[in-house]
Amino acid sequence: MCNECGCGLSAGAPVTVSGHDHPAPGAHEHLHDHPHHHHSSEPGAEEHQTLDLRRAILEKNDRLAERNRGFFRARGILVLNVLSSPGSGKTTLIRETIRRLGPRLKTAVIVGDLATDNDARRLRDSGAPVVQINTGTVCHLEADMVARAWKQLDTAKLDLLIIENVGNLVCPASYDLGEDLRVVLLSVTDGEDKPLKYPPVFHTAHAVIISKVDLDRACDFNREAATANIRHIAHHARLFEISAKAGTGMDDWCDYLIRQHEAVKGRDPLAS
Amino acid sequence: MHEYSIMQSALHQALREARLAGAARIHEIRLRIGVLSGVVPDALRFAFEVLTPGTAAEGALLTIEEVPARFWCATCRREFVSANLFAECPDCRNPSNELRAGRELELSSMEVDHV
Repeated sequence: MCNECGCGLSAGAPVTVSGHDHPAPGAHEHLHDHPHHHHSSEPGAEEHQTLDLRRAILEKNDRLAERNRGFFRARGILVLNVLSSPGSGKTTLIRETIRRLGPRLKTAVIVGDLATDNDARRLRDSGAPVVQINTGTVCHLEADMVARAWKQLDTAKLDLLIIENVGNLVCPASYDLGEDLRVVLLSVTDGEDKPLKYPPVFHTAHAVIISKVDLDRACDFNREAATANIRHIAHHARLFEISAKAGTGMDDWCDYLIRQHEAVKGRDPLAS
Repeated sequence: MHEYSIMQSALHQALREARLAGAARIHEIRLRIGVLSGVVPDALRFAFEVLTPGTAAEGALLTIEEVPARFWCATCRREFVSANLFAECPDCRNPSNELRAGRELELSSMEVDHV
C-alpha cells in the first residue's frame, strides 16, 4: 500500500489500478511518484479502463420511493414508516393509534413480516383496511413492495398510511419507502442503549417513541439514560413516551399525527 | 442481512455498465460505504464472493472505502468527523442538524478489461 496517502497502490508494482479515485480530490498533493495513467510502460502489465460511476447502489429503490412520495403527496396522504426490533410494540401502537384517531384521520396499514398474517389480523380489529406483505426471507420492506401493496388497498379516500416495517433495527434503515415520517420505537424491554447500538436507524428517525412505558419499573428502565442516548444520535427527532396498552402519551402522539397530516394536506404538491 | 441484496444491486449495475462500455471483464469494483449507512463491509465482501462466480466480475477485486460520519456545526461554522456517530460538535457541544457524509451506498468506479 502507498504509505503516503493510503490509496492502496503498491509502489513499484505493475500497474493494476489506474486513475484511482480519492475520497476528497485535491485534499492532498500527490508529490510522491506512482503511475496514474492507464498505460503502463512495464511490458506484460494488463491494461484496464477506469469507469467512473458514482451511482447510488439503491438508486432503483430511491427512484421508486420518490415515485411513491409524489403519489401520496398529491393525494394529501401522510405516510409513516414504523421501525423497531421485533416485539417492541409496533402492532399494538398502530392498532391503538387507529382506534383513537377514529374518524378524524382515515387510516390504512401495510404490514411487513417474513411470514404469517398474524399482525394483519390483529390490526384488522381496529377496523382499518390492512394489507399484509410476506417478504419471505427479505429482512426489510422496499419501495416497490409498498407500491404493489397499495394496489390491494380498497381506498377511496385516505388521510394516513401507516407502514409497519419488518421487525429489524438494521436493514430497513437503508430503504426509503417514500414515507413522510420515520417513526422508530424503543421499548423499555429493549434496554436504554439501543440507540447507541443501532445508530443508523435512530439517526434517520423523525420521531422516536419509547414504548411500553407501563413496564418501566419491572424492567428497571433508566429513562434519563435512554433519552440521553436518543438525543446523542437523534436530537432532531420528536420524542414520545407511550404505553399503547394503558393509553399513556397517546393523546400527544395522535395530536402530532393530526398536525403532521394538516401540514401534508396544505402542502402545494408543485412546491419543492 | 440485507448486504446480500445491496451487493446484488451493486453487481447488477456494475455488470450493466461494463456491458455498455463493451468490456469483457471487470477487474476491480470500488464502493463507498458510509458508517451511518447501516451496511457492514465484511458482509458485502462475503456476498461479493458468493455472487460473482460465473459473471464478468468473477475473480474481481472488491475495494470498499468506508466514509466517516461528517457533520456541519452551524455555531462553529465548520465540519467535524464524529467517531462515535454522535452528532454533537466536539468544540461547542451543540448538536448538528446537518450530516454531510456518512450515509453513502455508492458504486464509485471500476476497472474493466476489453480482452
